[in-house]
Amino acid sequence: MRKTRYAAAAVAAVAALTLSACGGGDSPESEGGGGGEGGGETLRIGIKFDQPGLGYDEGGSYSGFDVDVAKYVAAELGVSEENIEFVEAPSANRENLLANEQVDMIFATYSITDTRKETVDFAGPYFVAGQDLLVPTDSDITGPEDLEGKNLCSVTGSTSAQKIKDQYPGVQLVEQPGYAECVTAMGGGQIDAVTTDDIILAGLAAQEANAGKFKVVGNTFSEENYGVGLPKGSDRCGDINSAITKMIGDGSWEEAITSNTEGADYTYNAELNPPTPEPCA
Amino acid sequence: MSAQQVLFDAPGPRARRNILIGNIVGVLIVLGILAWIIATLGEKGQLEASMWTPFLEARTWEFFILPGLANTLKAAAIAIVTSVVFGLIFGVGRLSHLTPVRWVAGVVVEFLRAVPVLLMMIFFWLALGSSGAVPPQDAPFIAVVVALTLYNGSVIAELVRSGVQGLPTGQREAGMAIGLTAGQSLRSIEVPQALIAMLPALISQFVVILKDSALGFIITYPELLQYMRRLGVGEGNIIPSLMVAAAIFIIINFGLSTLATRLSVLLSFRTKGRKPAAEEAIAMDPAST
Amino acid sequence: MEDYLSLFETYDVLAAFWVNIQLSFWAAICALIIGTVLALFRISPIPSLQWFGAAYVNIFRNTPLTIILAFGFLGLFSVMQISLAADLNASLFRIAIVGLSVYHAAFVCEAIRSGVNTVPLGQAEAARAIGLSFLPAARLIILPQAFRGAIAPLGNVLIALIKNSTVAAAGSVATEASSLMKTMIEFRSDLVIPIFLTFALGFVILVIPIGLLTTWASRKLAVAR
Repeated sequence: MRKTRYAAAAVAAVAALTLSACGGGDSPESEGGGGGEGGGETLRIGIKFDQPGLGYDEGGSYSGFDVDVAKYVAAELGVSEENIEFVEAPSANRENLLANEQVDMIFATYSITDTRKETVDFAGPYFVAGQDLLVPTDSDITGPEDLEGKNLCSVTGSTSAQKIKDQYPGVQLVEQPGYAECVTAMGGGQIDAVTTDDIILAGLAAQEANAGKFKVVGNTFSEENYGVGLPKGSDRCGDINSAITKMIGDGSWEEAITSNTEGADYTYNAELNPPTPEPCA
Repeated sequence: MSAQQVLFDAPGPRARRNILIGNIVGVLIVLGILAWIIATLGEKGQLEASMWTPFLEARTWEFFILPGLANTLKAAAIAIVTSVVFGLIFGVGRLSHLTPVRWVAGVVVEFLRAVPVLLMMIFFWLALGSSGAVPPQDAPFIAVVVALTLYNGSVIAELVRSGVQGLPTGQREAGMAIGLTAGQSLRSIEVPQALIAMLPALISQFVVILKDSALGFIITYPELLQYMRRLGVGEGNIIPSLMVAAAIFIIINFGLSTLATRLSVLLSFRTKGRKPAAEEAIAMDPAST
Repeated sequence: MEDYLSLFETYDVLAAFWVNIQLSFWAAICALIIGTVLALFRISPIPSLQWFGAAYVNIFRNTPLTIILAFGFLGLFSVMQISLAADLNASLFRIAIVGLSVYHAAFVCEAIRSGVNTVPLGQAEAARAIGLSFLPAARLIILPQAFRGAIAPLGNVLIALIKNSTVAAAGSVATEASSLMKTMIEFRSDLVIPIFLTFALGFVILVIPIGLLTTWASRKLAVAR
């Protein structure tokens, strides 16, 4: 039923809406709905659906920095927007989605690590994030060393929170199913800081509902190279890297970051950004 | 017994006055609690119009509430069918006259009833996801359905068993007397009657399935609760979103529960011959979430 | 096999189960108290209390526990800023207990009501005949017999409660068994089946004796009629 509805929407809607309409489908068949109209090659791209500012399902369309980079890269690969099918790629499923070729590439806050390189290929990085803290605007916390005796919130099982807990045993760690819960609790004043990658925090803070309430501390204490996940042995790496380089060169990269973190009082780490893509394996 | 009528006499003038006073005090306390909740929510800005207006927009319904509800109902509907099938197979298995079959069915049912549904969901989600046996995108959905089936199927197996055991022995004897084997009598005489008698309890179990499908959000299945959280992230109104999700669940489940109660009254004349013990106890199986 | 055993050095499985046992223990006591009061409301002569009891049961019985526990963290803790202890995690632990209690109290209430239904009419009539009013009749005659009749359904509620304590992960208690199992499987996905069986067996060991005990007790304590 859902598929039919999306397909109907795809036929009726203007081109810009069409691409997102078929993106919602969670089965590969649904790409036929929008793909038929534009013709040409289609791309299935894995993104986050629940991370505002990076990859977020707005209800029929997708927004965020990851999405903007994905669209730019797709355009450089000769795939028009209406031929992109966005697929949800939760952290736990990313390797499997690529290994089973359920998606062609993944832009989902996907850090390049040596362990992951054993099972998937990476292009990029297209952004260097770092673990940071999100705190209320009037907070005097400037780094993890100020967290002693404070309440820190992160997502259940996340390694970033555990790292802080190990180094600063005085920190009270609360684990929640998602960052939204953490931010709600911080809005109520029960939580002093939320920790994860800085750009994710910026995306949360940039939400309309949170505008002006929180700030990203800007004192990163780790380095996460966000890459484009590709199935092992993919031949697209080189083209993607040149697309990323071009995006950085013509200012679209900068613009994508600014527009997606507007209102968050956030500046990316300029020493590491914009990154130069690593040579392909 | 029907407690309401017999625990106290028809009230006289003094008792009526006491009841009236108690009633007023009770109403005041209930209203007081409600007022405190509303006041606190209001004080914290949860009742502001901007928190609730998203629910008046077609977009919210089209892209969040309805797709989420559709996924919840899809998982629940499939799990209802599969768990009834599972329950019938294992319920009849537990009644089999072959000792090994009875034992195997018994061990399986008792084991599955003792394991938390969430534990099974997480297990199937991670096991299916990493084995590559199913597409990773479908792993959460399949895990939800399989876990719900195994747990609720074994509860239904117990319903079948107690339903059949609650039948008058004459039914079985009559079956044997006309030359049916034990298995034939079970299938064509006892189980059909037990099914009618257990219908109310069965519907109560469907409520459990529907509620338990909300556990799917923990394993990333995009059901109603997951969509409502996503909506809450975007609109900054996670508490109103959860309230709407709860209201939707309550309305559907309340409808199902009412149906179960009506049916049990309607069917009571068909089940007159049964031993009464099991009925009330199973009709309100606390089950899980 | 060695791999499997070494897991227990890295992860404290017993401690995780201990968290579930503690959650269940305190929630069982609170749920029993709330549930008994609700059952009294429902059989009382006062209409507003009857109505309140019925509304409570219908609301909480029909809401997924997942939502109730999420509400505990987001509503009670975050928005209403209710802290039940000075220590953050102790506070969240208690909020999870509150969530489990209010949910299971609805089932306790129904279990006791079903127990009241096992008390023959004559008992209540006899109580009235010797001049007892509602509360003394309930306290001295009806409830003691009702509790005995409700042992089996109450045992079922307790079993459900123990199993449902795993859902506390959706609230904020990340140290309980299901969360640990998830972490362990993610760490050693090659041992997914042994790990699951270990945790499943843990619950079987917790739950089956309670089932046997309550069945035995309900027979033993049943009021002979």
